Amino acid sequence: MKINKLKSQNSNESGGTSAQAAIDDPFAAAFAQRDVPGRSLWIDAWHRLLKNRAAVVSAIIMFLMLMAVVFGPMISPWAADFTDWDHTASPPSLANGHWFGTDAVGRDILVRTLEGGRISLLVGLVATLVSLVIGITYGSIAGFYGGMTDRLMMRMVDIIYALPFMFFVILLMVIFGRNIILIFVAIGAVNWLDMARIVRGQTLGLKNTEFVEAAQACGVSDRAIITRHIVPNLLGVVMVYVTLTIPQVILVESFLSFLGLGVQEPMSSWGALVNDGAQDMESAPWTLVFPATFLAVTLYCFNYIGDGMRDALDPKDR
Amino acid sequence: MALLNVKNLRVRFDTPEGDVHAVNGIDFHVNQGETLAIVGESGSGKSQLVMAIMGLLAENGEAEGVAEFRDVDLMQLSSHDLNKVRGREIAMIFQDPMTSLNPFLTIEQQMTEVVMHHQKLGKREAHQHAVEMLRAVRIPDPEERIRQYPHEYSGGMRQRVMIAMGLLCEPDLLIADEPTTALDVTVQAQITHLIGELRDKTQMAIILITHDLAVVAGICDRIVVMYAGKMVECGTVDEIFYEPQHPYTRGLLASVPRLDRDAEMDLHAIPGNPPNLLSLPTGCSFRDRCVEAQEACRQVPPLWRDEKGHMSRCVNKIPGGQIVDDQGEPA
Amino acid sequence: MTNSGLWHHVVSRSLGLIPTLLMLITIAFFMIRMAPGGPFDTEKALPPEIRANLDAKYHLDEPLLQQYFRYLGQIVTLDFGPSFQYKDWTVNELIAQGFPVSLTIGGLAMLVAFFLGTLVGITAALRQNSGVDYSIMGVAMLGISIPNFVVAPLLILVFAVYAGWLPAGGWEWSFRHMLLPVLTLSLPVVAYIARLTRGSMIEVLHSNYIRTARAKGLPERIVILRHALKPALLPVISFMGPATAGLITGSVVIERIYSIPGLGSYFVQGALNRDYTLVMGVVIFYGVIIVLMNFIVDLLYAWLNPKIRFDENQ
Repeated sequence: MKINKLKSQNSNESGGTSAQAAIDDPFAAAFAQRDVPGRSLWIDAWHRLLKNRAAVVSAIIMFLMLMAVVFGPMISPWAADFTDWDHTASPPSLANGHWFGTDAVGRDILVRTLEGGRISLLVGLVATLVSLVIGITYGSIAGFYGGMTDRLMMRMVDIIYALPFMFFVILLMVIFGRNIILIFVAIGAVNWLDMARIVRGQTLGLKNTEFVEAAQACGVSDRAIITRHIVPNLLGVVMVYVTLTIPQVILVESFLSFLGLGVQEPMSSWGALVNDGAQDMESAPWTLVFPATFLAVTLYCFNYIGDGMRDALDPKDR
Repeated sequence: MALLNVKNLRVRFDTPEGDVHAVNGIDFHVNQGETLAIVGESGSGKSQLVMAIMGLLAENGEAEGVAEFRDVDLMQLSSHDLNKVRGREIAMIFQDPMTSLNPFLTIEQQMTEVVMHHQKLGKREAHQHAVEMLRAVRIPDPEERIRQYPHEYSGGMRQRVMIAMGLLCEPDLLIADEPTTALDVTVQAQITHLIGELRDKTQMAIILITHDLAVVAGICDRIVVMYAGKMVECGTVDEIFYEPQHPYTRGLLASVPRLDRDAEMDLHAIPGNPPNLLSLPTGCSFRDRCVEAQEACRQVPPLWRDEKGHMSRCVNKIPGGQIVDDQGEPA
Repeated sequence: MTNSGLWHHVVSRSLGLIPTLLMLITIAFFMIRMAPGGPFDTEKALPPEIRANLDAKYHLDEPLLQQYFRYLGQIVTLDFGPSFQYKDWTVNELIAQGFPVSLTIGGLAMLVAFFLGTLVGITAALRQNSGVDYSIMGVAMLGISIPNFVVAPLLILVFAVYAGWLPAGGWEWSFRHMLLPVLTLSLPVVAYIARLTRGSMIEVLHSNYIRTARAKGLPERIVILRHALKPALLPVISFMGPATAGLITGSVVIERIYSIPGLGSYFVQGALNRDYTLVMGVVIFYGVIIVLMNFIVDLLYAWLNPKIRFDENQ
């Protein structure tokens, strides 16, 4: 039984679906469409994220929250510092217009909660930004230069990691007074460690990948390598950590406010409101419940979004 | 009398992109003491097939069909009952020895637990037995080395340990899923040789899964060739190597680089890409890539069988053959 | 096969402790000194001579660097100096008073967090993607998201005020007094450990060596307890270091809410009153605990992981 020998591949053969030379293949054209079209990593990740119901719901809630804290106080009939002497410490009621009730001096809790939200979210974003900038700079330098520089820099991180950072934040607040800019910087400055570690890990890994080597071998400039190969790969991981850092930072700020070391009156944040509410919780529980709920919901949602992003960009069996 | 009889086995995976049909209805049998090779490229379903039989499919996998091992259908067994068969009457070794052993337990612990559980041996006896086994697979200084951890062994040595571990209860069937793929070429030869030797001593049956025909030629009696989850050809080693009927088999054989050919000739390859298991073509799955494809290939091809048992699933007739159904009975 | 790998590890890690501690002391020292206002400014204005005497007695008139080295010398002999705020007490005495309380609550919280957290996490992992799994993880997420200074008042409200079963605060060495603080303190850590354990266990259960164990016909119970448990718990053990830091941080708030005279309260008061020595003492003390804990965890991890313990090529 003779074995059909195929003619040697012609030089245009790229292993694709071209017709064999020996027999005129009537199906060649149809076969060409058999391949599954490729999808970029980002589109894939986006699809996966969208399938994560918890993350999507959380994102919607966060969006609504954002709208509420930004526009709510503008359309509310009550100013945050307006003291309604007719209705001090009154429970929530639709009738008198104080939907969340009032506190001991008659300030509307709803407006205060929303305005407090502005501060809490603002701190969350700005402090995260600070920590992002410091972390990325530090991490990419360590990762990029590698060697002794990297070892020293990471040693520093290890040492700082072991220190009770909360105490230092408290010290900072005590030293410099309760300045909101300082809060941004202090919290951010204390939170950059994780970001630095991640960025350094990624940079180190990327620097040594074959595709970067290949790019260098092809004569691609350093700058192009950084912008086209390294940065896009960093972006994903950084985005995940930003989403996870925001709730951490908001938590730290509320901690501080709770201890009386956060933003100064008349500015208020959720943490401060919870602190106030806790004082009156037996007589006026609504002063505690509403800000606490907003805070908890925000943290909850950010955590789910961050989790969802992490799974979308790095899927493993959950 | 067949030791293992597989009928119409199907395996399907539920993935976000849709259902992946890894195995699409396969029938084969393994006789006592016989060494069967299952050959195919990546994605042919050969690994998932044995995973299904052994009850080791991933969570999103579902299997249907019958796998009769000595009159007991393994597919219907509960985990509890399956555990009486696994490791004792049917043993399995895997492709990647580097990750197949638990890094946190010593070799001794991982070996003795098998016999202590299945054969109720005491610690001392189990230890002796394990040491003997290590000696049989040629691990040097087994008394010393048995107390070590996997990371202290090389890849080849770890695979030997896997083999030793599999043979501890003297199983009647050993399933080896690409046991040499991850190893160096010289080590490959050693391991293949070792398996053959042990088989000769113990008369156990072996299912050897591989994509490497050279390995097959060394120690196997019969071969099943798989493509896109189906059997496309099966026969004895001689039949397959000297009289391959299916175009895919011929393509595989022609692709093996040979020392006796002209070095300037281009390497032969089967054109096209492996099948997309999410959407297989109608009729014969191989027709996209087949040199002998015809109009008739758009229909499901018949299964031919000659009087010696050589089967091929193709429009092309086997000389002296007749059309049969999947169980091998005349249609 | 020897334990030489482990030994190398211990030695190198021990050496690493010193720079860490030094850095801790230095940062704390200079930071607190930077605070405007000294320890005696908050009291009624003192006549200058008395003020000068006080400064001299506490060496506050010396150049900063000199004060620093003087302090280092004191530390080495474990003398944290006198408290500026509580005039008749030394810092050592204050720490000795406050620490046992904080230790009890913190220690109990850590035990609860570890055992409850791992138990819950393993349960969720074994029933992956089931209703049980989702609800456990949902609750765990709540535990991480709701700050303990929110949970605490709520618990007090429910159990102390409305139901009257437990005291609303204050400290006594009784189960009733310890229950709420320990619970509230440990909650976020329990939640985190539950999530961590679940993820780790799921990953381990998908590894090749678990597949081998099943292929050997071992019953699932043995596969999990003997083959999967230890690898799955390693990341959790690693986490106990940072967990300690977290518990200590949390204790500051818990002690405040439940009016517990622990070290955390002393710290906050000290910071607000510029009691340098007390603040320094507490920071260093806690810092040492965290560093030690990280050290112990590190060693424990190395001991449990055969690759580190038995590898001679460190």
